[in-house]
Amino acid sequence: MTDILFLTISLLTIIFAILALESRELVYGAVALALSFLGVAGIFILLDALFVAIFQVLVYVGSIAILIVFVIMLVRREKWASVQAGNERILGIVGGLLLFITMAYFSLSTGLGNQYPDQSSIASFYDIGAQIVNEYWLILQLTGLALAVSIIGALTMAKFEGRRT
Amino acid sequence: MALLSVGVYGLISKRNAIRLLFSVEIIINAALINFIAFARYSDSPLVAGQTFSLFAIALAATEAAIGLAIIVQAFRLNHDIDVLELKKLKG
Repeated sequence: MTDILFLTISLLTIIFAILALESRELVYGAVALALSFLGVAGIFILLDALFVAIFQVLVYVGSIAILIVFVIMLVRREKWASVQAGNERILGIVGGLLLFITMAYFSLSTGLGNQYPDQSSIASFYDIGAQIVNEYWLILQLTGLALAVSIIGALTMAKFEGRRT
Repeated sequence: MALLSVGVYGLISKRNAIRLLFSVEIIINAALINFIAFARYSDSPLVAGQTFSLFAIALAATEAAIGLAIIVQAFRLNHDIDVLELKKLKG
């Protein structure tokens, strides 16, 4: 049952990811990207990481996808549809296939698939919170700093351009 | 199951055109799947995998915001966001 669920979810995720990169209209691509992020959140739930799944839906589907759609609407041009990739496309497909084949080969040869997890190793919300605050408090502070710096940087960029024109 | 999620990673990084930001986000997602999967399948309870992926999601959000800001700037300056036509950035 879980295997069927996992296979469908991962297949849908991959299909939507490819659709996000290949669709002709950029807005459809953004929607497909959001659906792909939802699929990744489903995989997280299957891997017993409910907290990360909630975070993923909040951050990716809630903010990043909306931000991308917003920017696409803001910067929309018909010319984008005519941007064609020439030789880079074949190169990208060949490179991606090579990477996929090598990674699949090496990961199939490790025998990690035979390892079954015990149910006791499921991390609860309490564990995650305690570890974030107790052990990784410095990283937490630095993440907050990076968020603040990114917001200030984006605002400065927008304002700088507004003053010039 | 962890093996197949590695497959997602390889499949994704295949195209390199105007949707660079999409690809970067998808690659980050694949890496997150690896984090969670290996944390789940290890013998000892590893909370650190989930913690790291939380930080990684937050940093990916900042990266997306900055990338989109740069795209908007490039569009304002250039009226085009084709990466190949940003050659005037060359020093």
